[in-house]
Amino acid sequence: MTLAAEHLTLTRGRRAVVEGITTALEPGRITAIVGPNGAGKSSLLLALAGLLEPASGSVRLDGAPLTGLAPRARAQAIGYLPQTPDIAWDVSVAALVALGRLPWRDRGAQEIEAALAALDLGALRDRPVSRLSGGERARVLLARVLAGTPRWILADEPLAALDLAHQLTLITYLKACAKECGQGVVVVLHDLALAMNHADHVLVLHEGHLVAEGPPRIALAPQGIARVWGVDAQWLGEPGRMALVSEA
Amino acid sequence: MNRASLVFAALLAALVPLSLLAGRVWIAPFGEGPANAALILAELRLPRAVLGVVIGAGLGAAGAAMQGYLRNPLADPGLFGIAPMAALGAVASFWLAPLLPPTVAAWSLPLLALLGAALGMAALALIAGRTASDAAEGAGGGIALFTLAGLMLASLAGALTALAITLAPNPFALSEIVMWLNGALTDRSWREVAIAAPLTLAGIGVLALAARSLDALTLGEAAARSLGVEPRRLLFLLVAGVGLTVGAGVAVAGIIGFVGLVVPHLVRPLTDRLPSSLILPSALAGACLVLAADSIVRVLPLVTELRLGIALSLIGAPFFGWLLVRMRKGRI
Repeated sequence: MTLAAEHLTLTRGRRAVVEGITTALEPGRITAIVGPNGAGKSSLLLALAGLLEPASGSVRLDGAPLTGLAPRARAQAIGYLPQTPDIAWDVSVAALVALGRLPWRDRGAQEIEAALAALDLGALRDRPVSRLSGGERARVLLARVLAGTPRWILADEPLAALDLAHQLTLITYLKACAKECGQGVVVVLHDLALAMNHADHVLVLHEGHLVAEGPPRIALAPQGIARVWGVDAQWLGEPGRMALVSEA
Repeated sequence: MNRASLVFAALLAALVPLSLLAGRVWIAPFGEGPANAALILAELRLPRAVLGVVIGAGLGAAGAAMQGYLRNPLADPGLFGIAPMAALGAVASFWLAPLLPPTVAAWSLPLLALLGAALGMAALALIAGRTASDAAEGAGGGIALFTLAGLMLASLAGALTALAITLAPNPFALSEIVMWLNGALTDRSWREVAIAAPLTLAGIGVLALAARSLDALTLGEAAARSLGVEPRRLLFLLVAGVGLTVGAGVAVAGIIGFVGLVVPHLVRPLTDRLPSSLILPSALAGACLVLAADSIVRVLPLVTELRLGIALSLIGAPFFGWLLVRMRKGRI
């Protein structure tokens, strides 16, 4: 049930954006990918979702290379939430969430209802997406991924541009997916405090390399933050409620 | 069959008999008609009505699919190379027909138009298809490149068509080319129906196969691929479907613009707005629009019949402007 990268190198044009990453991600926990801008976080997530072909190395799902998997089978196993999903047509919430069933080619009424209920969207089901607030929209887009009942949920900055309350709501749902449903959740995060407080496992990327990996307290130790981000900072507070305070 | 399909199917069912009765010579449904009414109906109006339905259906379905693929409500299948290439093929036939044996020359126009459409399809697939693969970094290159390749083809075909017009072998050929390019269903027979109907039906069928993949594109290209959409397969289905429907239309009736642009907008408010819900009703609405417009140009009291292509552009251009205004106000 693992999703693993082996000696993974990714290129954009001729430029290597991720180089030689080897890691194994476990289901049932939240893995956060963090790093400064341009570290290769989104590219790594795309490759883990099977949407960016490795220049060398491989991504393996349960030991089998992802590139060998049929697109539909891959889509059934891995749900991907892009960073800035723009919605071309002003469809209803229910119609948008139903798109999550496309890999299964069924109506999936039960799964759609469950996804709507999980994200508390029942009352909004007929509302056009153009009339949703930012927070509602983020929940709807996540519900689309949940409706596909994937074993892995890969989300690129799902909490960016959300206020604190909506960030907590969404991360709580993602935690429930991992803990209660046993799904593997991999999120790209910018906010190190969110990663520290909510992730079970953290990958720190710097200039395309995996420079630290492990539980958040180890991967996000102040020395590492100083080395990767160039900021001297300390963690304050108690576990689960920690805040990063810079010393500058 | 969704609500929009039912609405436009009912409208079409009402329009077909009306179209058969309307013309320079009106035929009363009951009672005494003109002596040659049966002949007019069977040999002139029925093939013309069927052809209008076929061409309109093809253009409507192609427009819905194209707007879904480009994720843009202003996309028109005519803009992307296939229709101008088909027109170039047809114009070439005015040059080549005198050099061919008479039996072949009689078919040269539709055949060369279809050849032009096929060349346009092949060029689009070759240029855009290379990047529309899973190996590329997202399908992004695919759709953007498709648009640019289509515009390039359209410009090239337009320039070559203009060249062919300026170098027309004689004034008669010049007039024929210009008239033909404006699109019309005048004097078409069952022969044209036999050419266009199977190709258009096949094209609509191919577009229907792409429908669910087009739905996935609602969420953007990366999300569509994550839902199992294969960009290369989708591109080929789209190019083949639009090529068959638009190519068949141009081959038998010349350029008939704006149908593919306008029709999905008439249909969209009656559906859930997903591309898959639009293809069949857009085919039916396109059939209604072309049939109605062709019936109107037939009965207008003008010395010569107004060309259908001109009439539809006269309707379509202001509609396009209205769409732009709505877009500016953020209502699309």
